[in-house]
Amino acid sequence: METISVFPKGLVQTVQGSAIALRGDDIDTDRIIPARYLKCVTFEHLGGHVFADDRKELRDKHPFNNNKSLTYSILIVNGNFGCGSSREHAPQALMRWGIRAIIGESFAEIFYGNCLALGIPCVTSASETIKQIQETVELNPFQEWKLDLCKKNFKSKDDIYFWPINIEDSSREMLIEGNWDATAKLVANKGILKEKLKKLPYLNNFKSI
Amino acid sequence: MWDLHHIADLPGGSTQLFVGLHLIHEVTSPQAFSALKEKGLSVFCPERTVATVDHIVPTTNQERPFADPLAEEMLSTLERNCFEQGITLHGLHSGKQGIVHVIAPELGLTQPGMTIACGDSHTSTHGAFGAIAFGIGTSQVRDVLATQSLSMKKLKVRRIWVNGKLTEGVYAKDLILHVIKTLGVKAGVGYAYEFGGPGISALSMEERMTVCNMAIEGGARCGYINPDFETFSYLHGTTHSPKGEEWEKAKQWWSNLASEPDAIYDDEVVFDATNIAPTVTWGITPGQGISIEELIPTPDSMDPTDRQIALEAYKYMDLEPGTPIQGSSIDVCFIGSCTNGRLSDLHAAANVVKGRKVANGVKAFVVPGSEAVAKAAKEQGLDNVFRTAGFEWREPGCSMCLAMNPDKLEGRQISASSSNRNFKGRQGSASGRTLLMSPAMVAAAAITGRVTDVRDLITYNPENKRNTE
Ligand code: SF4
Repeated sequence: METISVFPKGLVQTVQGSAIALRGDDIDTDRIIPARYLKCVTFEHLGGHVFADDRKELRDKHPFNNNKSLTYSILIVNGNFGCGSSREHAPQALMRWGIRAIIGESFAEIFYGNCLALGIPCVTSASETIKQIQETVELNPFQEWKLDLCKKNFKSKDDIYFWPINIEDSSREMLIEGNWDATAKLVANKGILKEKLKKLPYLNNFKSI
Repeated sequence: MWDLHHIADLPGGSTQLFVGLHLIHEVTSPQAFSALKEKGLSVFCPERTVATVDHIVPTTNQERPFADPLAEEMLSTLERNCFEQGITLHGLHSGKQGIVHVIAPELGLTQPGMTIACGDSHTSTHGAFGAIAFGIGTSQVRDVLATQSLSMKKLKVRRIWVNGKLTEGVYAKDLILHVIKTLGVKAGVGYAYEFGGPGISALSMEERMTVCNMAIEGGARCGYINPDFETFSYLHGTTHSPKGEEWEKAKQWWSNLASEPDAIYDDEVVFDATNIAPTVTWGITPGQGISIEELIPTPDSMDPTDRQIALEAYKYMDLEPGTPIQGSSIDVCFIGSCTNGRLSDLHAAANVVKGRKVANGVKAFVVPGSEAVAKAAKEQGLDNVFRTAGFEWREPGCSMCLAMNPDKLEGRQISASSSNRNFKGRQGSASGRTLLMSPAMVAAAAITGRVTDVRDLITYNPENKRNTE
């Protein structure tokens, strides 16, 4: 239960908890959080509206409605997950619903970056492996799982199931070393920034030409 | 250009990239301003950020306070944040308000050689000017506000070379829908799309913006077109473009930015514009498009990876595979958005509408992309052309492109839309359906009440030739 209130902080090396499979390619951010819920000035209440339209339409058939566990931390998706609008509301909604890591075949780029900036790893595996993971997760709803970024694998807590996973080296490094929150690093370079500002032609009446 | 904006290497192989122009709007900025305050930071270069309001504004009555209290709260939050941090806001009735990707080029804020970021995926639009322009998430908006820079990975570049010219009745929108249906919606992931070739050089700046605008629908974070004479003449005399002697120096610098003819790309594809017909989407991703002459594809004609989403699309759209899209009936016609809400788009549509009437039972409306577009259109009498035909003429904003304001589809209504996304529920009804097409094709659909080949409605008229803006 406590996972829900604690957002990623510092080192992100493993993610543990229940897993949930959501099938389908090209699931876009409009579906993750329909546009009408973007009318807000804080992200606070987004968790409850994640997949709002799909859940209403599919009722118990939508995995997010069919709660076997109280909270799910690991989401298993297929290809091009998070395509469409760049809204950070989408990963925010997933995070506030409880998700702390996503395993999929591929991710849309902005979505991937938004997740990384929140400390939520998006890791990949081959299409067939993902299907296997989804099936296994569905057949074992009460299983506890562990995604290990250091060892690059995903396994069940009882060690019965095990799959290697891929993650971009750079993202992996940032997550396991706790460097995924970029702001502090950027702020540290303000000095170099000021120097740069003096050299850019369009900020200096094109004088330097 | 990248090196010019490179500040430092960051852990994980990213670059700290200086952002030359930061554009903000009411939807993706409030949380960024709050986060900034939480960290005790203020805006580093308020003069390099420009704000407008577009997503939530009503297009009928713009009196304040808005009827929708949430929309009102979002706008007043933006106003307060801009005021506190000294950021210019082009608000309602300022004469400069409009969709962020329409106003920045119009005002000459968008220029070649710049890095441009905005918390909106269609920032790719600005690449039409030879800028590196990309959409960012809210945490990056916070970073840009705090440091005028962000952490970014270098993209690979795919060159999309277009030979030939578009034929009469075929527009930039058809070109980009054709490219996306051919390459797919995922092909651009990790890439910037650089468009070039005679078919691109022949396009006006407004058409080039339409092309780059939808690069993101093909998965590419950036669209890009080398700056040329067309780019310079568009910018000349705009509010923020350089003046006098500086203009000459700027032009010289901009001319040197163009990629070398023998540059090496990570990938190259070639298209022929002459062969492209008016293109419409039939499904629930922008890649599910066909030419107006084609039949809705059958599952066995597809790549297995496209089949599942196609099956979902037939069901959602209630369209039969193997039948023509031409002739499908339409309930709502929307002309507007950052893809096709500019003056030349309204011209193209007005050309079709002139002297005709909107079909019975069809709701048709025009939402200009900005106050400036609305003003110019009115001066040229376009608003009357539309009104006389039975269209509604609205105030500028994003409107039914994403339906965060009161303009929404109802129930299973199906729209012909000049916007950029046909995702499930995108236009405000969870079961509403969207067919993407060019503004002229939307106009044709409004007149006949059905998906129609606009070429059957326009007679060749050299004076009406595709936009000369
Ligand atoms: S017009 Fe549509 S796509 Fe463009 S900025 Fe507005 S909502 Fe986004």
